[in-house]
Amino acid sequence: MKIVILGAGQVGSSVAESLASEANDITLVDIDGARLRNLQDHLDVRTVVGSAAHPSVLADAGIEDCDMMIAVTQSDETNLVACKLAQQLFNVPTRIVRLRATDYLANENVLGPDCFDVDLAICPEQVLTDYIVKLIEFPEALQVLEFANGKVSLVAVRAFQGGPLVGHPLRDLRKHIPSVDARIAAIFRGDTPVQPDGDTLVQAGDEVFCLAATKEIREVMHELRRMDKPVRRVMIAGGGNIGLRLARALEREYSVKIIEYNKRRCEILSTRLDRGLVLQGDVTDEALLEAENVSDMDLFVAVTNDDENNIMSCLLAKRMGARRVVSLINRRSYVDLLHAGEIDIAISPAQATIGTLLAHVRRGHVTQVHSLRRGVAEALEAVVHGDRNSSRCVGRRIEEIDLPNGTSIAALVRGDDVVMAHHDTVVQAEDHAIVFVTDKKQLPKVEKLFEVSVGFV
Amino acid sequence: MVRPVSVLHVLSVLIMLFAVSMLLPFGVSFLYGDAARSAHYQSMLITLASGAVLWGGTRPGRGELQPRDALLLVALVWTVLPAFATLPLLLHLHEMSFTDAYFETVAALTTTGSTVLSGLDRLPASINFWRCEMQWLGGMGIIVLAVAILPLLGIGGSQIMRAETPGPMKDTRLTPRITEAAKGLWLVYAGMTLACMLAYKAVGMSWFDAVVHAFTTLSLGGFSSHDANFAYFNSPAIEATAMLFMIAAGINFGTHFLAFRKLSLAPYRSDPETRVYLAVLAVSAFGIAYFLLANGVYPSFWTALRHGAFNVVSIATTAGFASADFNQWPIFAPVWMLFLCCFATCSGSTGGGIKMIRAELMVRQALREIMSIIHPRAYLPLKVAGQRIENQIIFAVLAFMLIWGGSVIVMTMLLTASGLDIISAFSAVIVCLCNTGPGLNQVGPATTYASLNDFQTWVCTAAMLVGRLELFTLFIVVTPAFWRR
Repeated sequence: MKIVILGAGQVGSSVAESLASEANDITLVDIDGARLRNLQDHLDVRTVVGSAAHPSVLADAGIEDCDMMIAVTQSDETNLVACKLAQQLFNVPTRIVRLRATDYLANENVLGPDCFDVDLAICPEQVLTDYIVKLIEFPEALQVLEFANGKVSLVAVRAFQGGPLVGHPLRDLRKHIPSVDARIAAIFRGDTPVQPDGDTLVQAGDEVFCLAATKEIREVMHELRRMDKPVRRVMIAGGGNIGLRLARALEREYSVKIIEYNKRRCEILSTRLDRGLVLQGDVTDEALLEAENVSDMDLFVAVTNDDENNIMSCLLAKRMGARRVVSLINRRSYVDLLHAGEIDIAISPAQATIGTLLAHVRRGHVTQVHSLRRGVAEALEAVVHGDRNSSRCVGRRIEEIDLPNGTSIAALVRGDDVVMAHHDTVVQAEDHAIVFVTDKKQLPKVEKLFEVSVGFV
Repeated sequence: MVRPVSVLHVLSVLIMLFAVSMLLPFGVSFLYGDAARSAHYQSMLITLASGAVLWGGTRPGRGELQPRDALLLVALVWTVLPAFATLPLLLHLHEMSFTDAYFETVAALTTTGSTVLSGLDRLPASINFWRCEMQWLGGMGIIVLAVAILPLLGIGGSQIMRAETPGPMKDTRLTPRITEAAKGLWLVYAGMTLACMLAYKAVGMSWFDAVVHAFTTLSLGGFSSHDANFAYFNSPAIEATAMLFMIAAGINFGTHFLAFRKLSLAPYRSDPETRVYLAVLAVSAFGIAYFLLANGVYPSFWTALRHGAFNVVSIATTAGFASADFNQWPIFAPVWMLFLCCFATCSGSTGGGIKMIRAELMVRQALREIMSIIHPRAYLPLKVAGQRIENQIIFAVLAFMLIWGGSVIVMTMLLTASGLDIISAFSAVIVCLCNTGPGLNQVGPATTYASLNDFQTWVCTAAMLVGRLELFTLFIVVTPAFWRR
């Protein structure tokens, strides 16, 4: 697929990186030549220097014959102009635009065909905010992902000594909670995936991915660890875009404190927030954390744009007694260093946010893609089309489908029902299949599986 | 630098305009064939001639008004026009002194509604009409009216309007052009007056009573054409109508304007003052009614509610009508009512006093101080309706409160020094500063201000003017720095 990406910032470059590794032709456009040269050194992409809103620059980037344009520059306006140009002048079939201001989303006509004509508007800050809010709703989970409009949830939980299922084979799950149809989709022990079957023993320290209907997810988690007290007090370090969105999302139901260093920004924050308490100071200032009772916090979230600050403030907060600390970390090497150590959850913004983009890039009818374990694994939701002849899935039992190694179909969503996939479950047309891929190299094969063969129209 | 000549030039136009407004009582005197016809005729000519002479004399030095000139103009308008307004009274009632007449006209234009006249029922209809018409003109503001209908004030109009309209925050423009805003406000005001007039007529007033009482209800003035005030009608329906329109007049007319233009109630909901204002009125009305019942002032709950609610609303909105002699009530009730009149009305309404928004800001500022001691590093903005209030405004409000309190103390001292008892003195200063009307004891609802001596009358007159122009406009003009070149 030929893809033009406008803007080589954090989102742009991580999208480029993850798409380039999947054999797509990527062209990156940015005004900062130095940054582009830097990226070109370690990624197999073409780069064009110039403003993404200028038609000549877009033409240089070869937008005329590209299949998809992804506009992720810093400026909403540049992105929108580029999108309109791509549609009007260059007939780009798929246009994805990053939008921060909620004003553009308030009126659907703004993005409709008569106006800017955006196929998909993404807001990475919002995705991250949702991600963290989910973690607060499920304080035991490492990651919570939703499929099929929220009907099915996938949670990653670390198994702890004392959970009823820990030390038992997986098939006991049925005996423990007979009313709930859940499935353990994958288990990671250290960094190695364990293919789960009925005899697999769950060990303390395992990272277990379980899939269940959203309303039953709590019971399943209960099997793997004791439940935590619900979160009441949250401290947010860093009042940038994410910090503000997070505080606004949380301030109604939780007691929220937010720390920000920049005084001007503090004023903006305190104006935008109704109840959250805005504190001016350094996020690593021990005295400030102490004075504001960090030891009583149920959750400490570090979301500044500086990895080192996030890490240090989280370590400090944890040492001072915060119950759980969550840090935003961009650099992958840091994530691997820290995850599951002192810091309870490390979130990589790039991995968390590109899922929606990936769904559009994938072949076949993929509606949802979530990166798992910092991009090593992937969970995707694909719609099965066709009939027994044109599709390689429809009308077959799960055990008959030729799944690549390290891949499993975890569940099917049929209309409003959630069907946990067992070896004899038969796939029907228009089912949403939730597929778990522990090895990303197998992705093209998985995509092929869900494509309808050419004969079918 | 102030340029008095150009200020006087604009003032002369306003004086002539004021002369034109005397046509109305003149017409009324024709209609009723009363004895004050020549008095109105002469006053109109004198006012017009004075204006014309001043206009001619200041024409060579005229120029554009600067912000500082605007303050002087407002101060002059509010002191000079009442002087001309005394003419019909002085020419008709020969025994009246200028001090009393000036007090009466200032009480009219500032919508205070305290009077030195008794035997109102025997006065010519046109004199009563003139008193009530002045309240109506003063309610929304003479200069706002001038800005609405005279193009000549267009340029410095916004500063002038700011000096005249009450409230701490006046920067939100209702319309792009200031003239349009002034017109809009006056149209809403006039429209509501008309509605009130028809409502009064419908519930049983005579046409004349309906007109003059509509004037003094919407302006929250409190003048009546009857000595007994609203007790004259002795009708719950009339009192209920009056309450409804008094409550409406105590809300920001800018909010009314937006509500009329959008034809929705949303502006009231999003207005930070309206909700608190209505809640305070409702709680006080029922509370006082219960208090009166519990103290055996009235035998039944409904009578207690009728008089309690009417008088609470009337005093709290600074209208100052009375349907009962609340001076006879147990002291808590009238004192609570006086306390309410200090802050209940919204900014931009026709009511007086400190205004609800300032009271809200003060309360929140106090809470903010407490919070900032608990969290020394916290950013605690003062927000009203989601908007951050700049510290500068809070300082201005603090200064206002300080000067306001200072004025109360100084004037109360002056009145007590001149021999008035402390309750009369204190209540008189409060009701004059808040442009309310009846106070307690010697100046209570059953009596008039006629018993005050000349010195006391002048102190009250000053209090009314200072209160109507919200302190600063008048005080600035008398500072030396204002006049320094």
